Amino acid sequence: MAETHSLQDLQQPAVSSKVFVQRDYSSGTICKFQTKFPSELESRMDKQQFEETMQSLNNLYAEAEKLGGKSYLEGCLACLTAYTIFLCMETHYEKVLKKIAKYIKDQNEKIYAPRGLLLTDPIERGLRVVEITIFEDRNIGSGR
Amino acid sequence: MKNCEYQQIDPRALSVSPLSAQNPAEKKVQRPRRKWEAFPGKNRFFCDGRLILARQNGVLPLTLGLIVVTSGLFFAFDCPFLVEHLTVCIPVIGGVLFLFVVASLLRTSFTDPGILPRATADEAADIERQIDTSGSSTYRPPPRTKEILINQQVVKLKYCFTCKMFRPPRTSHCSLCDNCVERFDHHCPWVGNCVGKRNYRYFYSFIISLSFLTSFIFACVITHITLRSQAKKGIVQAVQESPASVVELVICFFSIWSILGLSGFHTYLVASNLTTNEDIKGSWSGKRGAEESGNPYTYSNIITNCCATLCGPMPPSLIDRRGFLPPDEAIPAAAASEMELPPFTPKSDANMCTQSTKDVLERMLHSSDFHGLCPSGNPKTSPLVQEVSSSAPATAEPSLSSGCSRQLARQAVVDPCPLLTPVAFSKNNRRDSLHSINPAFRLASPSPTLSRRALVLGDGPDIGFIPQH
Repeated sequence: MAETHSLQDLQQPAVSSKVFVQRDYSSGTICKFQTKFPSELESRMDKQQFEETMQSLNNLYAEAEKLGGKSYLEGCLACLTAYTIFLCMETHYEKVLKKIAKYIKDQNEKIYAPRGLLLTDPIERGLRVVEITIFEDRNIGSGR
Repeated sequence: MKNCEYQQIDPRALSVSPLSAQNPAEKKVQRPRRKWEAFPGKNRFFCDGRLILARQNGVLPLTLGLIVVTSGLFFAFDCPFLVEHLTVCIPVIGGVLFLFVVASLLRTSFTDPGILPRATADEAADIERQIDTSGSSTYRPPPRTKEILINQQVVKLKYCFTCKMFRPPRTSHCSLCDNCVERFDHHCPWVGNCVGKRNYRYFYSFIISLSFLTSFIFACVITHITLRSQAKKGIVQAVQESPASVVELVICFFSIWSILGLSGFHTYLVASNLTTNEDIKGSWSGKRGAEESGNPYTYSNIITNCCATLCGPMPPSLIDRRGFLPPDEAIPAAAASEMELPPFTPKSDANMCTQSTKDVLERMLHSSDFHGLCPSGNPKTSPLVQEVSSSAPATAEPSLSSGCSRQLARQAVVDPCPLLTPVAFSKNNRRDSLHSINPAFRLASPSPTLSRRALVLGDGPDIGFIPQH
């Protein structure tokens, strides 16, 4: 009985804490997250990896919000059609958001889940924070 | 020991199965509710969450009425004469302008202006923690601000007590709608909505096209009356024949002053990349005569400013109005994307996280109790239960339930250990710990234990949640 119970422990990671990576407003109101490595993750993963993830995310958001010929064209076309064109096609921003969702899922599968971490897509938090959930490894706990 | 399921360590598999196990057992709601039904701000929703409007929209019908009536009178009374004497283009141009005005107006009124969803309880707690380490120990802390550098300019970010977060730059809290709105311009009663980042371009096109429409109607009516009076040799007679024109003249005359003025003002704002809010407060006009006038957001080029404001990429709505609430009673999630994400996989992750997060939150608040009561080894649970039940059940219950439900919530949500059930799970706590998805809205639920905890989070009396009953 006791064995069964502790075996259950070993296979149940539980959430121990969440880390929030806030927005970086140094370049204005564009969507950009801080790349500073949070201290709570020091034992879980290396700094390089984390910074790479954040930098890629920032680049993707920059691509979504880029002011260029393409976005102007989209804006003007939308205006001329009285914005009805968005009933048929999705905006450039939405396309990039889907790309971001896929990227985060990918990162979670490859890098974060094996380390007991989980990245939450910032769009689910209103683009305010990147929430990283740290799952406590019961293996460590049961030794107490 | 009751049968507890064993699962793989993969968090995604974990997140899917408890939710599906939970659904059939715990689902009491007959119809899945959408998130807009539990939105905390003062907004009204139409078409099942597709359209959003401010609660106080009394003047919007007036605006629409004025435009429709004036244009109607114009088409009915002035156009026949003008088509006969001038050209058929006049009603065509008038018609196009009218349609554009109405479309822009409806777009401005019914689009989400850029509402920022409120912070989840975890985020709020995290921010509170960061502030408390450096702040004073008085019960009601002073308004919190954070200074940051944007393009070498110091900008102060204020803490919003209602939304429980530091407002991003250019964001302001609208007291009428009770929401933080990004790039907040102003709350327009004529349009019945806030004007913010997402609907500013529609607002601008509305006032520009309305200026053109009123000027056009004004000019046409003057032409009409002039032509008539020339033909009939008298203005009075001309007016008597076409009284509607006078009505139009009066309406247009008064509108033109205000609308043209407003258009001019907003053209200036667009060219200098300012908002009405900033202009009124004089945020960046400290240095008179300086070319940039201290505005850190300007591109220093009129054309770029105009293009960025009016033709820039369209940001998505950050509040998920049409998403479904998880199968709980009145507990919505604070934010999610408007897009159709693949069926519950990413959301279930979030649900999973916040579900257990709640437990973490409870743990944080009762950390000393927890460490005392729940050591690592679970085999000690049963004697522990006896101890707890004999000592203080009131305080011990929540922490024990939080600690034990933490393990149990992962797996055997449906079948908790019966040893723990009678003691550790009081009705409220059990339901709350396993049901609520977003701790932020637990604070609004009528649970007495939680309302106490809400105050612990350090908020002043500005808890802006509208009670969800």
